[in-house]
Amino acid sequence: MAAVKSNEDNKSNFRNKTLPTVLFKIARFNPVTDLRMKFIDYKVEYENWSTVLDALLMIKHKIDPSLALRYSCRQASCGSCGMMINGKPRLACFTKINEVKSDVIRIEPMNNFPIIRDLAVDLTKMFRNHKKLKPYIIRSDSEIPDFSTSKEFLQDPDSIEQYIQFANCIKCGLCNSVCPTMATDSSFIGPQALTQAYRYVSDNRDKGKKTRLKIIDDKHGIWRCHFAGSCSKVCPKGVDPAMAIQFLRGYLLGFR
Amino acid sequence: MFKESVVMKIHYSTALGSVALVAIHIMFRLTQNFHDSLQFDNVLINYSILSYSILLESILILISIHGFNGLRIILLELNQGKIYENIVTYGCLASMIVLITYGSRTILMTSMGMI
Repeated sequence: MAAVKSNEDNKSNFRNKTLPTVLFKIARFNPVTDLRMKFIDYKVEYENWSTVLDALLMIKHKIDPSLALRYSCRQASCGSCGMMINGKPRLACFTKINEVKSDVIRIEPMNNFPIIRDLAVDLTKMFRNHKKLKPYIIRSDSEIPDFSTSKEFLQDPDSIEQYIQFANCIKCGLCNSVCPTMATDSSFIGPQALTQAYRYVSDNRDKGKKTRLKIIDDKHGIWRCHFAGSCSKVCPKGVDPAMAIQFLRGYLLGFR
Repeated sequence: MFKESVVMKIHYSTALGSVALVAIHIMFRLTQNFHDSLQFDNVLINYSILSYSILLESILILISIHGFNGLRIILLELNQGKIYENIVTYGCLASMIVLITYGSRTILMTSMGMI
């Protein structure tokens, strides 16, 4: 009985606990009706474990259902919730409010992408560029041509090491949003697509190296990268697009 | 016209070539004090030496190629569009040819004693 009472006391204390609050300044913009972006303030309580996405969903469900944002997995796997959090491109689900270390959190849509509404941006161009680089193994033969002659394209661990970090890309677009070239050159292919080009070029099962190098060897291709390195700094999955781009340049200059 | 990788190989090699040749050019300036090296007659004497004229002509060509390609890259990043890009590319190429021609004319005329 005493144990039950103590448990109830704990629950009661937990409910009465004063939670810290944070002020969210969220960018609101509808390209159809608005001429310019405006910021609306929302004050929310948060727990130690609360992420920015948790807070945004709380705002959407309890304060302002008109807030538009994109999200899905809530575990940094789908790459849907990329946005500018206090000026830095980050995944909302992968950023704890505590980590931001500020009483005011400014949320904006990612740069270098057209805005659909509020925090949701149009990723069509990024996916188009990604597709253009043929993000799949190119070979004339197949692993399973028919049931009688099935075979496997073998890879040793060293060969996997060549590309595995670049295979971690979740296509969130944070690298493209922070790229200084993308900000001025709307035709630039972008660090995301270039990294994926390297991922397949460096895969020893792939035979499409020439095809991909021809695509990126363009006026608005790989040579327009200024090697600012911001793409590598913001990647939430530890991918290093700047390094992939330098390796690809090595292929084109004949060093690799 | 050219693949971009070929253009960029030319861009990088002209940069390296320019640095090397300009270094030699600067070292020649050390043979006399700086003020004297800028005197009209002393400048003209440089052109009368064939090897030095070739050095100056090479510097002119390398820097023009590198500079105008750099300008083309900057302009291509500023704006996009097929017509604009063609104007920029051929405009930079034409400007480069004009500058090299005019500079070569000056070097040739001076080295032949016409100035």
